Amino acid sequence: MGRGGSRAAPAAAAPPWHALPDEVWEHAFSFLPAASDRGAAAGACRSWLRAERRSRRRLSVANCYAASPQDAVERFPAVRAAEVKGKPHFADFGLVPHAWGAAAAPWVAAAADGWPLLEELSFKRMVVTDECLEMIAASFRNFQVLRLVSCEGFSTAGLAAIAAGCRNLRELDLQENEIEDCSIHWLSLFPESFTSLVTLNFSCLEGDVNINVLERLVTRCRNLKTLKLNNSIPLDKLASLLRKAPQIVELGTGKFSADYHPDLFAKLEAAFAGCKSLRRLSGAWDSVPDYLPAFYCVCEGLTSLNLSYATIRGPELIKFISRCKNLQLLWVMDLIEDHGLAAVASSCNKLQELRVFPSDPFDPAGQVSLTERGLVDVSASCPMLESVLYFCRRMTNEALITIAKNRPNFTCFRLCIIEPHTPDYITHQPLDAGFSAIVESCKGLTRFSVSGLLTDRVFKSIGAHADRLEMLSIAFAGNSDLGLHYILSGCKSLKKLEIRDCPFGDKPLLANAAKLETMRSLWMSSCSLTLGACRQLARKMPRLSVEVMNDSERACPLDSLTDESPVDKLYVYRTIAGPRSDTPSCVQIV
Amino acid sequence: MAGVDVDVGTELRLGLPGGGAEAAKAGKRGFEETIDLKLTLPTAGMEEAAAVKTEPAAEKTKRPAEAAAADAEKPPAPKAQAVGWPPVRSYRRNVMTVQSVKNKKEEEPEKQQPTANAGSNSSAFVKVSMDGAPYLRKVDLNMYSSYKDLSIALKKMFSTFTTGNNLNEGKLVDPVSGADVVTTYEDKDGDWMLVGDVPWEMFVESCKRLRIMKSSEAIGLAPRTKDKCKNKS
Repeated sequence: MGRGGSRAAPAAAAPPWHALPDEVWEHAFSFLPAASDRGAAAGACRSWLRAERRSRRRLSVANCYAASPQDAVERFPAVRAAEVKGKPHFADFGLVPHAWGAAAAPWVAAAADGWPLLEELSFKRMVVTDECLEMIAASFRNFQVLRLVSCEGFSTAGLAAIAAGCRNLRELDLQENEIEDCSIHWLSLFPESFTSLVTLNFSCLEGDVNINVLERLVTRCRNLKTLKLNNSIPLDKLASLLRKAPQIVELGTGKFSADYHPDLFAKLEAAFAGCKSLRRLSGAWDSVPDYLPAFYCVCEGLTSLNLSYATIRGPELIKFISRCKNLQLLWVMDLIEDHGLAAVASSCNKLQELRVFPSDPFDPAGQVSLTERGLVDVSASCPMLESVLYFCRRMTNEALITIAKNRPNFTCFRLCIIEPHTPDYITHQPLDAGFSAIVESCKGLTRFSVSGLLTDRVFKSIGAHADRLEMLSIAFAGNSDLGLHYILSGCKSLKKLEIRDCPFGDKPLLANAAKLETMRSLWMSSCSLTLGACRQLARKMPRLSVEVMNDSERACPLDSLTDESPVDKLYVYRTIAGPRSDTPSCVQIV
Repeated sequence: MAGVDVDVGTELRLGLPGGGAEAAKAGKRGFEETIDLKLTLPTAGMEEAAAVKTEPAAEKTKRPAEAAAADAEKPPAPKAQAVGWPPVRSYRRNVMTVQSVKNKKEEEPEKQQPTANAGSNSSAFVKVSMDGAPYLRKVDLNMYSSYKDLSIALKKMFSTFTTGNNLNEGKLVDPVSGADVVTTYEDKDGDWMLVGDVPWEMFVESCKRLRIMKSSEAIGLAPRTKDKCKNKS
């Protein structure tokens, strides 16, 4: 950089590269897309550290307790888009005590103070209150994107504040939140002059919305690309909405069910025919298959189809999906069954991601004929398939070995065999060989969930082969401490480990304490841990936060408990913020 | 707020036989046998911090055999549902329960399924509104096994005081006016009914939402339950 300058103007020698002003580096770093690259650059020297952090625009805080909001705001003063995640993943399944924490309020307050130019805020698995939403609406004059995923604690009153206050809002994306219905007509609070909406997703909202207000909003927001409705929008209103927004790219239909009327069918068909840009479709479709042909005209253009809340079964479903030849993402219920997946395998060769959810997870009989066959077929015929989430009731090692051979390009493989400890149903052996085959063949695997009957052997394979694995979920598996030891002493890239109901005890945890600091977090519940080991771990590793939880909502006074007391739930994470001060009585930091 | 409902639900869930903590502990007991076997093996290697790279050859051959033996001797896994298993998001479970119960009723009209939900791990959240209260609440009807349990939970939730023992007499009292209130519910046909007339299981299956209203407004709610029973099948 600093060598050629003297040729043209000998009097003005270019400064040596290490003395270039920060602005030059900031500009250079703007070409680094990945946060990890920026982090690496920041680690090179002090001036790069300074330049990088002062110019960082996007910040992702994967654990809201890993750093304090004040630290984040001070260190990265120029942030325009922030994403913060709170509760551990197992909170989705009710394993984390309800009042555990993850309040968004401190983050909103710090952002309001230090990032006045903030444009985007995204919270996942956090408690977001109406006050938070009011503060967001009041604090950021150029606020554009609000994304709330699996959050709770707010109501339609908070949404009203956002609608009324955020003049430049582009995206309001509410995914699977628990939203209290205060019967406030929040949609009406978008001013008549407001036209900037690009994404509107209120599919998780349970209450009614004013259809006329929605229609007017959709009509005036000419840039609207994503519209995901909730269950309160009837089918005929869907048709008229689509006519107002034919430019739509992503549509969530809400509850798609009504008695069959040829007039309504014709209306819908015409409306869909007008949506030439529609690429992504979802909805809670309710049994009536008679309307599916109204969609046929958009099938060929679809790249993403989410029918995971649709209770349609049978030939209509298959006829529909078979027309979607360009699908890259398919989420369905197990109602599709093996023969449905065989149809997917032959029609949807561009498939990259498949998720099959259980329609009746608690029915031990399992009326639905979805087995390992479906997954084998799809993985054999879809060369670009790299991400799978599959719930089924039976599996064989042979099927998994076949799948592993056919699809070494898996990056995410999550198999959930519904009944714990289910062996290979033909040989009655543990499924070690099958899951080992996956991990040995798929060198790029970053996310893995195992299930069924498994011994320590599978963990030996995982520890040895899963070099790129970042997230591992284990339940009802293994037979000794060695299982956990294999994982913690291997798996070079491991970031998140979540374990439930496994016979893993204190020894591997303590023997691999240093590993935990290289990871984001560890969750262990219903294993064989004692309080003494947790105390030792906390003493040994001051930069880890070791949280211990009771299996009830009652207070958990640790001081009175002996080292031998069993620990039901353990959550360990690295942090630079020290122990948090907002734990409820059932959570104790050791 | 929605959160407190789940607190109540969680507390009650643990009291139900075969649920939650008990199932998890039963699962652990099944493993104690195998843990005992493993404790006799030398684990000194693991005490050294992260230094274990290989195991002694003897261990390698011993382990698979013991693992197989342990598996054979292990008692069959308990059939009780473990909390949070299978790993289906609570949000998805709530949405699907409503849909699947409805579909079962539509597909199998002759078969009465009074216990479709009771005792299972699926949830049946319904909204509860009380006239005069600024926010609605939600309860999971599957968390209770009788009208009395539900009445206690509602009482706690709305911090009112009862003058009677059960909802059938509707003796909750409106905190503002002090007037008697009754608890009503909207059933699957969209009719508003008085709570307490039908058997508990039938109520859970047909209740879509609850409303606590002043007794004076509840005139006209006739217990047409006997007719409804006949018509439903």
